[in-house]
Amino acid sequence: MCAGGFGSLIASRPMDPTALHRLQFAFTITYHYLFPQLTMGLGLLIVVFAYRATFRGDPLARGAMRFWSRVFGVNFVFGVVTGIPMEFQFGAGWARFSEATGGVIGQTLAMEGIFAFFLESSFLYLLLFGEKKLGPRAHFAAAVAVMVGSWISAWFIIVTNAFMQHPVGHRVNPDGSIQLESLSAYLTNPWAIPQFFHTILGSVLTASFVVSSVGAFYFLSGKHVEHAKGFIRTGVVAAAVASVLVAFPAGDAQAKNLAEHQPITFAAMEGHFHTEDGAGLSIIGQPDTERMVLDNPVVIPKALSFMTYQRWGARIRGLSEFDRADWPDNVPLLYFAYHVMVGLGTMFIALSWGSLLLLRKGRLFRFRPALWALMLALPFPYIANTAGWLTAELGRQPWLVYGVMRTRDGATSTVSSGNILFSLLGFMGLYALFSLLFFFLVQRIIGEGPSDA
Amino acid sequence: MTLASVWVALAGLLLAVYVALDGFDLGAGILHLFVARTPAERKTVLKSIGPVWDGNEVWLLAGGATIFLAFPRLYAIGVSGFYLPVMILLWLLAARALGIEMKHYLHHPLWDEAWDFAFSAGSLLVTLFLGVALGNVIRGVTFDEDGRFFSPLWTDFTVGAKVGILDPYTLLVGVTATILVTLHGALWLAHRTGGEVRDRAERAARRLVAPAVVALALVTVATAFVQPLVRDAMCRPTFAPLPAMTLAGLGGVYVFLRRQDPRRAFFASAGLLVSLVASAVAGIHPYVLPGRAPGQGLLAEQAATSPYGLSAALVWWIPGVLIAAGYTVFVYRGLPSRVEVTAEAEPEGAPHD
Repeated sequence: MCAGGFGSLIASRPMDPTALHRLQFAFTITYHYLFPQLTMGLGLLIVVFAYRATFRGDPLARGAMRFWSRVFGVNFVFGVVTGIPMEFQFGAGWARFSEATGGVIGQTLAMEGIFAFFLESSFLYLLLFGEKKLGPRAHFAAAVAVMVGSWISAWFIIVTNAFMQHPVGHRVNPDGSIQLESLSAYLTNPWAIPQFFHTILGSVLTASFVVSSVGAFYFLSGKHVEHAKGFIRTGVVAAAVASVLVAFPAGDAQAKNLAEHQPITFAAMEGHFHTEDGAGLSIIGQPDTERMVLDNPVVIPKALSFMTYQRWGARIRGLSEFDRADWPDNVPLLYFAYHVMVGLGTMFIALSWGSLLLLRKGRLFRFRPALWALMLALPFPYIANTAGWLTAELGRQPWLVYGVMRTRDGATSTVSSGNILFSLLGFMGLYALFSLLFFFLVQRIIGEGPSDA
Repeated sequence: MTLASVWVALAGLLLAVYVALDGFDLGAGILHLFVARTPAERKTVLKSIGPVWDGNEVWLLAGGATIFLAFPRLYAIGVSGFYLPVMILLWLLAARALGIEMKHYLHHPLWDEAWDFAFSAGSLLVTLFLGVALGNVIRGVTFDEDGRFFSPLWTDFTVGAKVGILDPYTLLVGVTATILVTLHGALWLAHRTGGEVRDRAERAARRLVAPAVVALALVTVATAFVQPLVRDAMCRPTFAPLPAMTLAGLGGVYVFLRRQDPRRAFFASAGLLVSLVASAVAGIHPYVLPGRAPGQGLLAEQAATSPYGLSAALVWWIPGVLIAAGYTVFVYRGLPSRVEVTAEAEPEGAPHD
């Protein structure tokens, strides 16, 4: 999670090794996160289905659990095969960073392997193939174990990223190496707590919308209608809860952390160029970093000050107050990534609560436009989650470890551009093939549908 | 014993467990196309490793992350120095994983044929690459003046001062590793499967014993010439238990195969693999990555993180690995003692078929 997106390649000389390392990390991690993004949330929904089937005697829930386990299985495989390269990309592309910080972030990366991966790999097979042998109760326990494993994994990755965003528990030696000073301080980084919940809830949101979208698809096409209703109900309720919590308190707490510890990032992602008392919140507009204005702005007066400090007249520092060398190197992309995330997040609240209201009144299944909207919503939580990570990673620039190590000082110096391009093209080709396989298999699973037993 | 050497031993332990565990599913993969010929037989091979292969590979990830944690400099310099083979290895691991997992989701003869090939070829190349990697570590690399390196895939194919990834020595280690891992996989299949698969696997194991002995003898002699650190280590009496264990492992494989006891032969082979990893780690000690020029090289002490980091990690690492070992034991105890070849497509189909 170190790199800064495709814009960095365009902004820099195309064969600059650091830009290529960034592009390769950004590409492989963005692609990878399409899979765990679903499985962490879907793991929870599978536990819910398994609970209903096992302890509430709901036969439809058992069919739902089996169906979604198949989707989970395919996603998990691609999550694993695209995840293994990530552990090695730190050393391959970011050797100077890994050498300097390995004593700190190596702790959590090793914890992830030891506490999360063993748990997941031991129980995944039982979840996917062991239902008959285990019986319902033990199978339910396997579902819980896999979900817990994936959430533990997320915690350790978030702690690692939080250290890069807001380093704590460390000491910087005169030679530039970074040494662990307090493991407990490092593991309980205050930055990590809202970031973890924001990430997990974002994942639950993706899973909820995927479940309701597939349900809406079945319902609208008149197939598996009873299952379809169950998917829609579960998905809509979970999405309604998650879409609110992801914004408040989780996202809100994260924004406040940013305002306090990364004020430059905060100003850049809000498109806020000049220091103001009672700053407005820009909803739409295109940042012009040369003239230092937001073009075509639509602004809610004083809202930014209030949301950040709960005072209408609070002062928000603008980008112009800071040295350009400390600005994120791609302010427009950062601004758009953030606004895409927030804009989509707002629509998720509207869509899920609107659908929930119709559901409570018993009208959702007669109102086709709402079902169409739920069906077509499927890609958008993926876009919002990706945009959220782009915001976090572009916002951290030009730092690799905020305030401690610049991105250009962390990249590997011994690998030539041609060799990086070789591996980047290799990953792109391989992942293009994975995409074809993935869509082919998921399309088949959805085509077969849940068994109507 | 310093903290750094404790961590060399712990990281070495994870890698040894990795080789003993993932070794058999890699070996089963190499033999897959040869010992299993009908769809039902191929299903049998996959079923015997299906519940465990992923967990086996986690030992490699845990080992890699442990090196990252305890020896950041080794991790950084090593992974970036071996950039090209690391990337290619990652692609091969991905292709092989799909080879095992994709067959769950679709049943079609061509689909099966393609993924059986990916599984088998992927297993062979992954094993060869990992063996070559071990050879590179033992032989040492050409460091620059900053103490870093970048290994091309090959230079002039000699074991001189300027070396690449592939040369006669590293290839010899790679081929030896492939023979031993194939033997290990054959013993697993002989122990855990039935019918024709079992018989063919047992015949393969018998045929592999002699090549294994020859390859090990060649590697031992070649290593003594290529890496003086190991040659010196071999002369120390404290090192003697390791070659003794290697010989005992080899002897065990031979004797138990003759007594038609593939289970014990498998455990002997696991001991053999563990002894070889341990010999490599102990042989180059106190270095963790030797250099080609005398006096060059990365020492464990230089590569290690701070003493606080090392001791703080011990507190969670040891219980964590014990818990992980507990899961591993749990999963292996749940395996069927023998996967028989069944004519009908039984459980190993799609989930919940």
